[in-house]
Amino acid sequence: MEFILQPWSWWFSGIMIAAIMFFLLYFGQSFGFSSNLRTICAAAGLGKSAKFFDFNWKAQTWNLVFLVGAILGGFITREFLSTDAPVLISEATIQDLSKLGIAAPVSLQPVELFGLDAVLSIKGFLLLAFGGLMVGFGSRYAGGCTSGHAISGLSDLQVPSLIAVMGFFIGGLLMTYLFLPLIF
Amino acid sequence: MKFVKFLLLGIVFGIVMTKSEAVSWYRIQEMFRFQAFHMYGIIGTAVTLGVAGVALIKRFRMRDYHGNPIMFNPKEKSVSRYLIGGSIFGLGWALSGACPGPMVVNIGYGYWAMAIVFFFAIVGTYLYGLIKNKLPH
Repeated sequence: MEFILQPWSWWFSGIMIAAIMFFLLYFGQSFGFSSNLRTICAAAGLGKSAKFFDFNWKAQTWNLVFLVGAILGGFITREFLSTDAPVLISEATIQDLSKLGIAAPVSLQPVELFGLDAVLSIKGFLLLAFGGLMVGFGSRYAGGCTSGHAISGLSDLQVPSLIAVMGFFIGGLLMTYLFLPLIF
Repeated sequence: MKFVKFLLLGIVFGIVMTKSEAVSWYRIQEMFRFQAFHMYGIIGTAVTLGVAGVALIKRFRMRDYHGNPIMFNPKEKSVSRYLIGGSIFGLGWALSGACPGPMVVNIGYGYWAMAIVFFFAIVGTYLYGLIKNKLPH
């Protein structure tokens, strides 16, 4: 039980993610989470205003079910498998984040971004909204997210996926070193 | 019933991502600051096993459980869409600390604020669909 409640190691997580990808391949599908965003738009009837969402989204139901499972997985972890201990990030990161006014972790997520006070402030709300907007826009523009490109695409040695992952880091580094210090 | 296996895989995904802290904003910041091996270890292990497994699937022409050959569709050749789209994605990833999968895992964990991020990710996807033809691909 002690082992389950502790944070799990990177290698176990990596093995499990690869296993999930192979199980999806074995079941005749592929691992790509952000496709769900397009599917949700299609299911909402947005195919009437944009052709991109006019497709047989019901064939993607399996992925929506996977999404529901992922929500349940988060819930199960919180209820039964977690101590909600602070995330054990490196001392260097704690130092860097403190310069931005973000305190050392006390749980899984920073209250400075996801706490009620932050969400109810205009700035806090806009940060979450813009973050989501860019993830949704960018993943579809690039044709995939971390699962579709960094895991599935790189496993298949696809050059487009390598370019996309380079893009992920260009954007990520710009945000981390250029924009976050301006924002916070 | 045919969807139960996908539900179970999703549950495992949600548990693994939470238990290895890959759904944490802090871990994504640590990754983009190159201050720990953790996230690189997760992705690196998955990709290393992935490359080996995909090569085996191709080498032995393995079939899925329906009996159909497992196919890998090459992504269309381009640089601009992957580089620009990827960079926009990266900006959002580093800001919100979550890509689409971890967003919903966080909602399940009880971080309701992630529902805002996820909702706007859907809006972002819709926006892309609206102006897609005007963008360089």
